[in-house]
Amino acid sequence: MTTMTDEILLSVRGLHTWYELKKWGFFHAGYVRAVDGVSFDLRRGEALTVVGESGSGKTSLLKTILGLAPITKGQIIFAGQQLDGRGKSLAWLRSQVGFVQQDPYGALPPFMNVRKILLEPMLINKFGTPAEREQRIREVLEEVRLVPVSDFLTKFPHMLSGGQQQRLVIARALVLRPSLIVADEPVSMLDASVRVEILELMRRIQKAHQLGVIYITHDLSTVRYFSERVFIMYAAKVVEKADVREIIHNTLHPYTKALLAAIPDPDPENANRYRDVPPGEPPSLVKPPSGCRFHPRCPVRIEGLCEKEEPPAFEPFRDHQVECWLYRT
Amino acid sequence: MKGLWARFREIRRYPSAIVGLSLIAVLAVVSIYTVIKIPYPEAVRLWRGTGDVWGDNPRNAWPVWINLLPGINRPTTIVRQSGPSGTKRVFPNGDVDITFQFDYPYDGFPKELNIFFTAAYTKLVPYVTVTWVYPDGREVLLRQGGVKTEQYTVAADKALQARLGGLSPEIGLFAQPGSKDRPQSQKGKYQLHINGILFEPESDLDAKLVIYGQVHGLAGTDSQRRDLTLALLWGTPIALVFGLVAAVGISMSQFLFGAVSAYYGGKTDTTVQFITRVKMVLPTLPIYMMIAMFYSRSVWVILGAVIILNLIGGGVLTYRSMFLQAKESPYIDAARAYGASNRRIVLRYLVPRVLPVLIPGFVTAIPAYVFLEASLAFLGLGDPSLPTWGKMLNESGIAALLQGHYYWVVQPAILLMITGFSFALVGFALDRIFNPRLRTL
Repeated sequence: MTTMTDEILLSVRGLHTWYELKKWGFFHAGYVRAVDGVSFDLRRGEALTVVGESGSGKTSLLKTILGLAPITKGQIIFAGQQLDGRGKSLAWLRSQVGFVQQDPYGALPPFMNVRKILLEPMLINKFGTPAEREQRIREVLEEVRLVPVSDFLTKFPHMLSGGQQQRLVIARALVLRPSLIVADEPVSMLDASVRVEILELMRRIQKAHQLGVIYITHDLSTVRYFSERVFIMYAAKVVEKADVREIIHNTLHPYTKALLAAIPDPDPENANRYRDVPPGEPPSLVKPPSGCRFHPRCPVRIEGLCEKEEPPAFEPFRDHQVECWLYRT
Repeated sequence: MKGLWARFREIRRYPSAIVGLSLIAVLAVVSIYTVIKIPYPEAVRLWRGTGDVWGDNPRNAWPVWINLLPGINRPTTIVRQSGPSGTKRVFPNGDVDITFQFDYPYDGFPKELNIFFTAAYTKLVPYVTVTWVYPDGREVLLRQGGVKTEQYTVAADKALQARLGGLSPEIGLFAQPGSKDRPQSQKGKYQLHINGILFEPESDLDAKLVIYGQVHGLAGTDSQRRDLTLALLWGTPIALVFGLVAAVGISMSQFLFGAVSAYYGGKTDTTVQFITRVKMVLPTLPIYMMIAMFYSRSVWVILGAVIILNLIGGGVLTYRSMFLQAKESPYIDAARAYGASNRRIVLRYLVPRVLPVLIPGFVTAIPAYVFLEASLAFLGLGDPSLPTWGKMLNESGIAALLQGHYYWVVQPAILLMITGFSFALVGFALDRIFNPRLRTL
């Protein structure tokens, strides 16, 4: 990427996010291992996509980065500062990270109008003078193309279309001039017709402001519009990391292959074709399977190895890591 | 969704709510009028009937509006008092001539007939001749003899009854001649002459004629001659204040407990929920009855007891679940993500979300407490000094119904129903405005 620098914006080291389960509200009854040892670096101005099915821990990863979920183990270093999830560092992090959520209507307080929605983050973070704030609201609305701005300022979320609501959510994420945007399935609840529009808008904004972006999706088909690097998450772990082209043309992990095979293709011939989708369902995160977490569903598993030992990250090609015994070296 | 106030104004779109609001407004105006016109101590004094406040009222009289119904023309109360208005003539020799004239256009007969004499003398009592003149000119001697300051109960005059051919005087004095078996009232101008001979220069004589009608006042009277208008009027502010104060206090407190329980969670939540559930299975009515029997029956003490016993109640669970739902909304996560403090999240993000549920519930709760007060009063636990609707029902009781005094039971019952109905209309409309989901379901 032309705007990408080598400066590391966000560094995640061996991150674990476990939620405690309680019995009768008092007794310990195990953990939900939502994120189980994830490490990566994100450079300033770089876009990163995390792909995984529902319950694979991608939203928990993102919430931990936002400081909404506790760090059980591991480190998050943001712009050189380690986060402890408390006090000043948290407040500072929150002014530096914008959050775009999945359900645009749910993400907007229904009783606030557009102006108020955009004003809230600035009031809380003591951003500028009142005049500067008004100026910023106009700027950011123009940036997400909610124009003419004066038509939108007094509207309430229910008066906007789904696409407009999501633009407003993006505007709110941008209003504090953050250096990182985390987007949790920002287009999965939108009509297909506006998906590309929103993704292109985010892409344009990302390039214009050199933003780091972590884009989370379950839908590999939208990745192509967006980012350079792709992580595939399965059962709280990242199983494959590579560039988007590499991952599509040189798919390594059996799970990734299954995901790619599941992308719908508008070809009438498909009606007569049978797709090979792995059987079973995602494993429980309370008691994950032993060894490789995908082995119970894996069509090419190596008996005696996959169910016993957890695969480490192998790098069979340059910048292409995969946690699968098939590629052991 | 719009601002809170804008949504309140949306109520204009519901005709039922406008009817409800108008009824509430009428009740409120009546309350204010009552409290200003008949102050609290005055109301208490009148209702106790200290002195002879209600002496001129008939017992168990129907309200006058019954005469508006076709075919009903019952006598009202007629009071005539001697005075300088021309009814009393004083002769140079000191003798007194009092003439009362009145029109009697009614069907049926009065309930009672009394003449109150006020005589001033030192030794020799005035000597009076009391004559009754029918509209057709016939005359009957009611009484002849000396009078002190006394009440002459005409209806109980057995000698007069004999002179009237056996008819009870209050009937015989108004009956057409020859209608003995089925007495018919004679309509027209009646006269009562009182000729008094005074034997002392300072002596004086005054008289008051009271013909107790079958109908009296806007609301009728009870068996103690008290005007029920007073009870109906004073019942209004008491009902409204009781309902409003109880509903405000209880809703606020339960809202707060619900919020605390949901927001802090953990052991606080468990404790609040436990107390709530225990409270919900406790029967409160016996507790009110015990307070009323052993401590105080004052309506204000009972109001306090109602509020205290309901500080925690079923509402806590409702509000708690609302808060829990709102707490998990994505926009709360978003607010956290841009750094909103706990305080700000509760006040700016949670309360505006839950308030819409509180408001309709609060409005519909008001009549519930009005009815509670009425039920307690009906059970005989009402305030001993104040007239309330429930107390009227209690005092009238089944006896009133068996004797046909329906007005005594029906009027407070109708007012209670109107109060409940009007708040319910407004509450339902608010419910639709604030919970738009109800509109589609």
